[in-house]
Amino acid sequence: MSGLTPLLVDSLFPNGIAHYALGGLLIGLGTAIIYLGTGIIAGASTFLESTLSYVSDLPRFNKTKYVTSRDWRVVFTLSIVAGAAIYTVTLGDGWWVSEVQPWRFAVGGVLVGIGTRIGKGCTSGHGVCGVGSRSRTSFVNVATFMLVAIGVAQLLQALGVSP
Amino acid sequence: MSDDERGLGFMLLIVLGGLIFGFGLGLSNMARPEVVIDFLQFDDFGLVFVMGGAAVVTGTVFALAEAFGDRAPLTGTNYGRRLKSFDKNVVVGGVIFGAGWGISGICPGAAYASLGVGNYPILIAIGGMFVGAYLQGLWRARRAESAARGTSAD
Repeated sequence: MSGLTPLLVDSLFPNGIAHYALGGLLIGLGTAIIYLGTGIIAGASTFLESTLSYVSDLPRFNKTKYVTSRDWRVVFTLSIVAGAAIYTVTLGDGWWVSEVQPWRFAVGGVLVGIGTRIGKGCTSGHGVCGVGSRSRTSFVNVATFMLVAIGVAQLLQALGVSP
Repeated sequence: MSDDERGLGFMLLIVLGGLIFGFGLGLSNMARPEVVIDFLQFDDFGLVFVMGGAAVVTGTVFALAEAFGDRAPLTGTNYGRRLKSFDKNVVVGGVIFGAGWGISGICPGAAYASLGVGNYPILIAIGGMFVGAYLQGLWRARRAESAARGTSAD
């Protein structure tokens, strides 16, 4: 027991768990204080459509709920960028650039844009807020995108795509 | 309530919440697509603690606000569960999003934070997300138009 448990933990969590758990608590805290002050459940992907309302006449993007929230959603998104930058220059170990192949960002990005908007939310709206609210809709959405993402990532790995 | 009617206190809280949210995404390393891909490939299960930790905090705070709170001070909005309705789009969207997340290792919030840690190539993914969001809006508009004309909707 005493020998096996650390070994298992090491193989499941080769980078430890502390920064993961602390980061998660802060992600939840940021969402929670916005909810406490405003009653708004701030998901990250609505920004995509509400921002398109500045430049597109399509009715879908000009729904009242998007047009009346687009300014603060821009502020929220820029603050997320700034918060990550503050982490990087304080506790972080310097600026960092991904080596994942650009086509994966291009193709994946388009699918994320379509899927989060059709599915009514993303990892923050459904994953963090919806699951926190014990929403059945969100549980179904999270289980679906999680299983598909695991399958797709492992398929790419099996095909030798790395990174 | 529109953006114009909201006060300075509202925007400052959005800034504070966004900063903490982004800091947490940086600290958790979820802003790094490689870490998400490692999770999806079962090389490092740490991401469970990111999403779990975040959901525990929101779940606790939401429940306490609903039980003991009345209205949000900055907007007057009632605290209460705002659950999204279930239909087949929830599953269809989840499948498409999951495919994109598995290919790229990035989701919207983490993509914004990724820019903040210096990962400039993520702009490709953010640009892609706008293209995707625009395409589904265009497709929905076309479908609504053809339905209005009385022709086949699909």
